Amino acid sequence: MFSDFDYQVVIDSIPFLWEGMQLTFLLTFLAIVGGLFLGVLLALARLSHIKVVSFLAGSYVNFFRSMPLILVIFWFYFLVPFILGRPVGGFYSVLVAFTLFEGAYYCEIMRAGIQSVKMGQLQAGQAIGLTYIQNMRYVVLPQAFRNMIPILLTQAVILFQDTSLVYVVGLHDFLVNAEIVATRENRLIEMFSTVAVVYFILCLTFSLSIRKLQRRFSV
Amino acid sequence: MNYNWNWAILVTDPYFGWIISGLGWTLAVAICAWVIAFSLGSVIGIMRTVDNPVISTIGASYVEVFRNIPLLVQMFLWYFIFPELLPEEAGTWVKRGMPLPEFWTAVVCLGTYTASRVAEQVRAGINAIGIGQRQAAMAIGLTPRQVYRYVLLPVSYRTIIPPMTSEFLGIFKNSSLALTIGVLELTAQTRQIEEYTFQGFEAFTTATILYIVVTFMVMTVMRSVEKKMHIPGVISLGAK
Amino acid sequence: MIEMKNVSKWYGSFCVLNDCTTSVAKGEVVVVCGPSGSGKSTLIKCINGLEPFQEGTITFDETSVGESKTNLSKLRSHIGMVFQNFELFPHISVIKNIMLGQEKVLGRNTEEAEKRGMELLHRVGLSEHAHKYPGQLSGGQQQRVAIARGLAMDPDAMLFDEPTSALDPEMINEVLDVMVELAKEGMTMMVVTHEMGFAKNVADRVIFMDEGRIEEDCTKDAFFNETRGERAQSFLSKILHH
Repeated sequence: MFSDFDYQVVIDSIPFLWEGMQLTFLLTFLAIVGGLFLGVLLALARLSHIKVVSFLAGSYVNFFRSMPLILVIFWFYFLVPFILGRPVGGFYSVLVAFTLFEGAYYCEIMRAGIQSVKMGQLQAGQAIGLTYIQNMRYVVLPQAFRNMIPILLTQAVILFQDTSLVYVVGLHDFLVNAEIVATRENRLIEMFSTVAVVYFILCLTFSLSIRKLQRRFSV
Repeated sequence: MNYNWNWAILVTDPYFGWIISGLGWTLAVAICAWVIAFSLGSVIGIMRTVDNPVISTIGASYVEVFRNIPLLVQMFLWYFIFPELLPEEAGTWVKRGMPLPEFWTAVVCLGTYTASRVAEQVRAGINAIGIGQRQAAMAIGLTPRQVYRYVLLPVSYRTIIPPMTSEFLGIFKNSSLALTIGVLELTAQTRQIEEYTFQGFEAFTTATILYIVVTFMVMTVMRSVEKKMHIPGVISLGAK
Repeated sequence: MIEMKNVSKWYGSFCVLNDCTTSVAKGEVVVVCGPSGSGKSTLIKCINGLEPFQEGTITFDETSVGESKTNLSKLRSHIGMVFQNFELFPHISVIKNIMLGQEKVLGRNTEEAEKRGMELLHRVGLSEHAHKYPGQLSGGQQQRVAIARGLAMDPDAMLFDEPTSALDPEMINEVLDVMVELAKEGMTMMVVTHEMGFAKNVADRVIFMDEGRIEEDCTKDAFFNETRGERAQSFLSKILHH
């Protein structure tokens, strides 16, 4: 069976696969940026002393964390053109879906990171006369980020893998393009195994680098 | 913005039946996959904490492979490629002879994937118990197997109830991926309703509410399980 | 009973035990003392095989500890050990802690194990706490249960690794009292401790360790009354000031 592996198909489709990968990368990058930004806002909201704000942020997070990502994709694929009143490319709907979804997860990571900085640190900062904002800026957040960064990076790898779900709305990402070639040329094994290997190498490399980073910067 | 609201559609045939059937399939996939995930994951997690380097490397490799390939890609590998790797008759049976091939493929895929995550939780739980407990257990003459069975595992499984609950909810949500190979679970059914009736709001809201309700119920149950399993006198079970 | 010859142990390139030779006869009580990091805990953990060692031999009652064909589980059932952090099993009750080894290692049935367990609990003064969980007891109480747990295996010798170092001062004596009684009853004991009062009271010999080497190994009287080596003297002067 392995003898009739036709790797030529894989090689020939590299440009097309690369196009798909570009969309994957673009979506990942934009969703990370958007998700981080939203995540910071949500985290600060959750930690706020104003009960209403904290409750709303908390509800948002719990809501998005109870739903499968595929459902969120369907929701926004349906909702975004509906709200805008006109048809919109699938990419934008999906981007909104990913950003709002990941934002909830980033929020939790950042909230945990901020809360992991010991109370004693905050008190020490107060004892030398720092205001709340100064305390956050010079004492708490630097330490919080140090703790958070490996986990945020790991979440980025997860997001990268999750982008493959655009399959359900037919966006031409890496996986979908591979599947197109696979069905057209009837070379499912070669294409899907290539996809698996590529993802594996990319994700493993990134994860190992994160771990190395963690070791170097562990306090 | 023109939208014809029609909530009643949810309780009319055949759509109501679709929703119930979808929910049923979601739960079936989740529970069957969890059985695999929990048992296989526990074994692999324990393997990672054992002294023997060969065994612990096998465990580590399993986790790395399943963690670094997207779940959807894994689903396709199981559905399209796995039957081709089997000897002829077995492969044909999986594709055609076996009952519910899509269901069982999805179950195996989700189960093996989640097993890698469960393995990490089990490993963390065991390692969180200080080396002193292991030594104390060995000092009274317990064999390594007995040490795991009577001392390490009873304590670590209690500690990891919250992350395990979270993994189960993960499987529950990831069951939606089964729709890509044709399992008509909840998300698929509501999408179908949307495509047939254009009542997107109603359809997706139903799915959303059902997912939230089940999540809430699972968390409530697990919280009371955790309370029951609580070891008297202990606030945190971390290493000293 | 315990024979140790030329035992050396390294963690990587760091030498933890350096050519240690000593012995403990049946019924002897030997106290091991020395500064932190001198290797005392490692030494006694080598005796029951909890720590492996690279060179030398250790025999317990004719059985060699280092050899690969030795059944460590069986060997350990003859040696009781008490840890600095008590290490009671938190998920089972006090009486079950004491019964676990008896049932699973010695093969005693439940009634026998429970009877013996209650006897031992009574001996250490904690019978009313039998059905409580370790987390509900104080440090001193937990350590006394740990001693009972060790004794439940009817061991030929007991090893103690700094049994009172993790206790609040007011609880140290309740544990030492149990150990003194044990010594008076003729148990073979090897005790790593800073409690020199205990040593003066019941020890037969004192071993002083520094930087992985056994610097002094003499009778109790010799250790406390005669002038010993420079390191031992400096250690004693720091310790005995309290």
